[in-house]
Amino acid sequence: MTSRSLIACHECDLLQQEPDLPPGGVALCRRCNFVLFRHTPDSVDRALAFTLGAAFLFIIANLFPIVGLEAAGIKNATSLYGAVETIWKNDMEGVAALVFVTTILIPALELTLMLYVLLPLKLGQMPQGLASILRVLQSVRPWSMTQVFILGVLVALVKLVHLAHVVPGIALWSFGGLILLLTGAMASFNTHELWSMVREDE
Amino acid sequence: MRCRRCGAALHLRKPDSIARTWAFLIAAYILYIPANVLPMMRTGSLFGAQADTIMSGVVYLWHSGSWHIALVVFIASVVVPLAKMLSLTYLLISVQLGWTHRSLERTKLYRILEFVGPWSMLDVYVVLILVALVQLKGLASIQPGLAVAAFGAVVVLTMFAAMAFDPRLLWEPKEAHHV
Repeated sequence: MTSRSLIACHECDLLQQEPDLPPGGVALCRRCNFVLFRHTPDSVDRALAFTLGAAFLFIIANLFPIVGLEAAGIKNATSLYGAVETIWKNDMEGVAALVFVTTILIPALELTLMLYVLLPLKLGQMPQGLASILRVLQSVRPWSMTQVFILGVLVALVKLVHLAHVVPGIALWSFGGLILLLTGAMASFNTHELWSMVREDE
Repeated sequence: MRCRRCGAALHLRKPDSIARTWAFLIAAYILYIPANVLPMMRTGSLFGAQADTIMSGVVYLWHSGSWHIALVVFIASVVVPLAKMLSLTYLLISVQLGWTHRSLERTKLYRILEFVGPWSMLDVYVVLILVALVQLKGLASIQPGLAVAAFGAVVVLTMFAAMAFDPRLLWEPKEAHHV
């Protein structure tokens, strides 16, 4: 890439020249200090490792119960999807849909699309339709709320600890690991670098 | 006009940014009232029934000794949505008055707004887990209240409002608005 290319700040629209970055460097907007882009070393390898790990934990986190409850001999446990079903049956279809989209659908879509982009790149091929996939990833990101969901689970557990015996499930630990791996995957998935691979006539 | 690289529709500024942001924001203000007044959940147990709003849930946590969790819930469910709506109102008015000073501070405020947006979903997830878990036949059960729907809608609407707002307007005098 030439150092002559121009970049418009996504936040304040100032047009400026792209600087050459050292490994691990960050380019900030001159006017508003917004992060223009980063140089992330080995970004494909790292992002792929994090994303594969995250996808694995995501599957486990969705298959097993998150937490169980025991009181006076009665036991009850719930998985994420089970919780969505329960709230749907309580005539809260909108809320059920909102939870389903923000904690299951969008994270699953994000992980799938990131793997779709990263796996061919690792094997030295260009993923088909890269431009549209990057656009989809960009627009769904704010609606991916796994981190918030886990904080919500923890708050719910604190509320229940006084009332009954709480049994953390496998999915709770998987979700905990998932948050860390997702953060790593997002930090090393370098959209600026990927966009520069998209040819203008595609 | 479309982008040559990714095919996205091109425009100088987000179309109708100010009007669209106001629309989402006013709807969020209206729904914020039932979200706080109506119960988030109803608890039925051997000892009787009880309805909890967001605030009474925070107070309960505070009295049961988990003041730090009470603080987290209070910030995520009460402070963040309100601060977000008030800040967006301030940003919109500042753009409509054509301010050109303190653009950097206002841009930073917008950046914070975008970042904290999803965190107010916290209480929706808390109720989701409580409702799913506390279904102990004859002993205790929890049903979701209407405020959960209103609250979820407030979060979604404020996120749409922040997305509809164009931060680039913060750097332009009124005459130059390409809206």
